[in-house]
Amino acid sequence: MTVKTVKVDVHHLTRVEGHGNIVVDVQKGELKQCELQIVETPRFFEAMLRGRPYGDSSTITSRICGICAVGHATTSLRATETALGIEPTQQTVLLRKLNFYGEILDSHILHAYMLIAPDFLGVGSVIPLAKSAPDVVLRALRMKKLSGDLCAAICGRHTHPIAMTVGGFTHFPTTEELYSLRARLEAMLTDVTATVELYQTLPIPDFERDTEYIALRKDSEYSFIDGTIASTDGGTWPVSQYRDVTNEYLVPHSSAKHAANQRQSYMVGALARFNVNHDKLHPQARAAADAMGLKPGCTNPYMNTVAQVVEIAHATYDSITLIDKLLERGIQWEEPVAPARLSGEGTGACEVPRGILFHNYVIEEGYVVGANCIIPTGQNLANIEADMRALVPQILDRSREDITLALEMLVRAYDPCISCSTHMLNVAFE
Amino acid sequence: MAKPKIAFFEFTSCEGCQLTVVDSLQDHPELLDAVEIVQFREAMSEKGEDYQIAFIEGSCSRPGDEAKLNEIREKADLVIALGACAHLGGVNAIRNRMPLEDVRKYVYGDKAEWYATYPARPISAVIPIDAVIPGCPIDRNEFIRAVTYLLQGRLPYIPDNPVCIECKLKGNVCVYHRGMTCLGPITLAGCDAICPTYGEGCDGCRGLISAPNIPALRTVLAEHGMNETDIEAKMTVFLTYQRMELEAADHDS
Ligand code: SF4
Ligand code: SF4
Ligand code: SF4
Repeated sequence: MTVKTVKVDVHHLTRVEGHGNIVVDVQKGELKQCELQIVETPRFFEAMLRGRPYGDSSTITSRICGICAVGHATTSLRATETALGIEPTQQTVLLRKLNFYGEILDSHILHAYMLIAPDFLGVGSVIPLAKSAPDVVLRALRMKKLSGDLCAAICGRHTHPIAMTVGGFTHFPTTEELYSLRARLEAMLTDVTATVELYQTLPIPDFERDTEYIALRKDSEYSFIDGTIASTDGGTWPVSQYRDVTNEYLVPHSSAKHAANQRQSYMVGALARFNVNHDKLHPQARAAADAMGLKPGCTNPYMNTVAQVVEIAHATYDSITLIDKLLERGIQWEEPVAPARLSGEGTGACEVPRGILFHNYVIEEGYVVGANCIIPTGQNLANIEADMRALVPQILDRSREDITLALEMLVRAYDPCISCSTHMLNVAFE
Repeated sequence: MAKPKIAFFEFTSCEGCQLTVVDSLQDHPELLDAVEIVQFREAMSEKGEDYQIAFIEGSCSRPGDEAKLNEIREKADLVIALGACAHLGGVNAIRNRMPLEDVRKYVYGDKAEWYATYPARPISAVIPIDAVIPGCPIDRNEFIRAVTYLLQGRLPYIPDNPVCIECKLKGNVCVYHRGMTCLGPITLAGCDAICPTYGEGCDGCRGLISAPNIPALRTVLAEHGMNETDIEAKMTVFLTYQRMELEAADHDS
């Protein structure tokens, strides 16, 4: 039995997007305080949209987050299109999906290689790795460049997309660009395999805590854009009822709102998607999961990064399939589909890299009168704190440095995107 | 020669400019050898407090940011604003035209007083800066060019041309001919007119040229079917702060 007094205070956790502090206070073996404080400046995007023409929403909301810029833009367009009765064409659906994969790949590669791997390899960043393991770094850069180029061919640039618009696109990739991307994706498959092999060797910490996992689900595919909200605790909800699932509430130590559904907290993100939808994965992605020991029903949050590696495999293989479909159809220069009406309410939902994202707009006569965005990291905050509360008593016998590292790694595993959700970490020991 | 020490900082931003830095550097590993990055929270745990060049992303939007900005100014020989948020207030300044209390209440309800904030400003409104890399996000090539200039011991500079010049050089069909609108005539070039190239009108993310003829452009926008609300919306995606300053100086119409 450890009777210990430990204070962890990690001010501005590094290698996460945005600003957060981890504060843990254990007095004589009793956990007094355990918080992930979000100290990011409030950003007020919802209020900024009010009174603007509906076409501005995706341009402005993509600026919520540089990593999930395509995700925010896509979700925003789906909300507007639902509100205004716009049905995108088949080509738009295919191009958006391919574009989305570019972002999923970009973000997961950044997280798995640049943000997570250094913890396991005992370095502070990816920069020393360039000397000690240049092949690993070069592989990461090569994969990341291809993901960026995928987005650039479709929407101009990943941060921030240009050619994505309500009802379709304002620019189209050429057949040559698609052929060249296809060839590079084929060549990337060996890098995907090497990534899976790397993650087979990394010692992912053992820690289990059962929770509710929530993700979008579709019968037809492993869903990233649209679908029905589904929970591992049972139950499905149409995206228009997102508020019944997220139940947002405010806490003083965070400028990001917290969320709870059927339990005290729930988890969204790659692990949640895997737990909800693993039957829809590409066979090669399922094989990757098997190889890394990830099974559906996994309750170890540290495995979220492994689930991201599974999605790297899925997105790469499925991108090739999508390009084949586009090439077979031939790219048509299409005008964006015009709105059927200029007033209405609509909700868009997408599985952005860090989990389910909702945008909801009320539009009157072409102008936004109400907007609400619910961001994945915000939905995860209560769950991260519940994990921290469960983890700290299990590791109190360790040194203060090791406790801090375990907590930092836990928070990083969620890949928190804190600048999104405001709309970090400080760990102290005595 | 000792390698210059470089640090990156962010205030209210989406971190997209720093991501663009990461993307630019992956194509130019030689620059990573020529400098020493001592602080880059997004990408590394190490934190060095000794630096000569500070790149600052993001707007100043709460009282607590000012002390940190002053500290950076004291430590760094050169302070460079990275991207529209730092350069212009960026999209963060959209809310500057709205009553602040309304904005906070809309997002945080009766808990609004828990979260400190005030109107968003470019960092040059708080501390003197030495140069700007404009854009939302910054342009990769321009960033590389700017770092090369700095390594040569000179400050990056941007020619005072409108986006239209680059757009014409690209051979684009003007988006006005496709029934769309564009702020290219009053916006500072340097992005290779990327938005018109991808079929969208310019939103002015790089800021105004030195003598923008805003009244003339408003007339053009009105002739293309935009009402006052639409014109204001178009001119306030990125230009809210600059235009409020111009209005205060009584140059705007
Ligand atoms: S200027 Fe644009 S890309 Fe850069 S940080 Fe600000 S919002 Fe993000
Ligand atoms: S599209 Fe815009 S930038 Fe290009 S020429 Fe026309 S007005 Fe100028
Ligand atoms: S075209 Fe306009 S909005 Fe687009 S990057 Fe250039 S300055 Fe910014």
